Amino acid sequence: MINIFEVAETNEMIEKENLDVRTITLGISLLDCIDADLKLLNEKIYQKIYEAAKDLVATGEYISAEYGIPVVNKRISVTPIALVGGAACKSPEDFVSLAKTLDKAAHEVGVNFIGGYSALVSKGMTAADEMLIRSIPQALSVTERVCSSVNLGSTRTGINMDAVKLMGEMILQTAQATADQDSLGCAKLVVFCNAPDDNPFMAGAFHGVTEADKVINVGVSGPGVVKTALEKVRGENFEVLCETIKKTAFKVTRVGQLVAKEASKMMNVPFGIVDLSLAPTPAVGDSVAEILCEIGLEHAGAPGTTAALALLNDQVKKGGVMASSYVGGLSGAFIPVSEDQGMIDAVTAGALTLEKLEAMTCVCSVGLDMIAIPGDTRASTISGIIADEMAIGMVNQKTTAVRLIPVIGKGVGETVEFGGLLGYAPIMPVNGFSCDAFIARGGRIPAPIHSFKN
Amino acid sequence: MKKTIITVVGKDTVGIIARVCTYLADNGINILDISQTIVQDYFNMMMIVDTNQTAKDFGEMAKDLEELGKSIGVIIKCQKEEIFDQMHRI
Repeated sequence: MINIFEVAETNEMIEKENLDVRTITLGISLLDCIDADLKLLNEKIYQKIYEAAKDLVATGEYISAEYGIPVVNKRISVTPIALVGGAACKSPEDFVSLAKTLDKAAHEVGVNFIGGYSALVSKGMTAADEMLIRSIPQALSVTERVCSSVNLGSTRTGINMDAVKLMGEMILQTAQATADQDSLGCAKLVVFCNAPDDNPFMAGAFHGVTEADKVINVGVSGPGVVKTALEKVRGENFEVLCETIKKTAFKVTRVGQLVAKEASKMMNVPFGIVDLSLAPTPAVGDSVAEILCEIGLEHAGAPGTTAALALLNDQVKKGGVMASSYVGGLSGAFIPVSEDQGMIDAVTAGALTLEKLEAMTCVCSVGLDMIAIPGDTRASTISGIIADEMAIGMVNQKTTAVRLIPVIGKGVGETVEFGGLLGYAPIMPVNGFSCDAFIARGGRIPAPIHSFKN
Repeated sequence: MKKTIITVVGKDTVGIIARVCTYLADNGINILDISQTIVQDYFNMMMIVDTNQTAKDFGEMAKDLEELGKSIGVIIKCQKEEIFDQMHRI
């Protein structure tokens, strides 16, 4: 039988160390809504989302009360809209009408984000894909809760450099379209290499075409729990360090598994996966960077950071995999800058640069995330940064992503405030040398060879 | 059997257990196990209870106990047992 110390440990994690279930994300297929009539398509999409998700928020709150664990976000992911809208949409504006419908549905059922305003263009773009991409700046400026993502490359297909070029321009245009909110639109826009079909985390969540009609995916969180556990093993060797992370990750993930199963049962929707990611928030004590410091670094970004992050990421997976029957999504450690107080401090102290962050993304999920850059950064430079990150994902057979926020009207040394879970960030300098001719080439980077690994 | 864990944490005072147990008895909730310690004047109690016989639903019971806790000056939490089982047992 459970004893008082175990109960106290669990409640301590929840109350003092920010253990929570970060998100219950309901994936909904919209493939059966496809219609050539735009008005009808909009109606069908709204109905399907409303019917599927009307009890989602209440379910999350009920589970939260029963187990005494916060379920912070309730969210929805849908089939990439470029696929759903292809038959009906004749212009980018037509796609924007679908974004508005998604936003309306999200408001109606009470979720704080809906993901899937997406296109999968890792090899080529259809006319619909391109129209959706071109509609992103407008779609994100006229909606509040819609999140957009574009998959630009994969290990199997290579990198679609035409789309990389286009996305550099679209990110800048999205920043301009939401300039009055410190370019907030870009916080809801992410590009991927090897995007997973079952990611529950925003902004990159979409409901892949390989998924069932509906599915429940859950993302856990617990940087604070890992950090506190590591405080007790200061000065011990790597074996002890790794065992501690693994055991903690197991406990954290078990909570996610329990919540996912319960939500699945209550909503009568199949359980998909638990995403093991250590997802930080701007709250003090809920930071991945603080774990790196606890491992032995003065600041995230100091020499040793990549190694520390690699071991953290790997141990989180090793502990988490046994705790859940199905693991998926991004599963690793997130290193967003604005959403992690320790990362913000590291940037402010001058310990962490964009280049070091890029190196860190080689060994963890996911990528260059929530990084504010000067608003006068050129589109081709953004495309260059994206291409670098996509190459890391393609060659290393992992998911990588880029979520950059060129803050219009602000430069290095200034700070941008997004509020809530999105946090705030000091604007980071970007290498100013040109890659115009590289980006202007157009076409594709071929898929890498799958043997002779070095 | 549906088991619930009730935890009571706060400054020690006379009659905490009595008042919690009275509420449980009045509502047909059977106590299966109690453990209690005092650390630096702080009262720390855990009860494992069986809620099969009570007419109250979980939310009501949790709310009542939270209110009772406030009137005593301690924090009372109700949680289904599974969260602890899942976390601490393979």
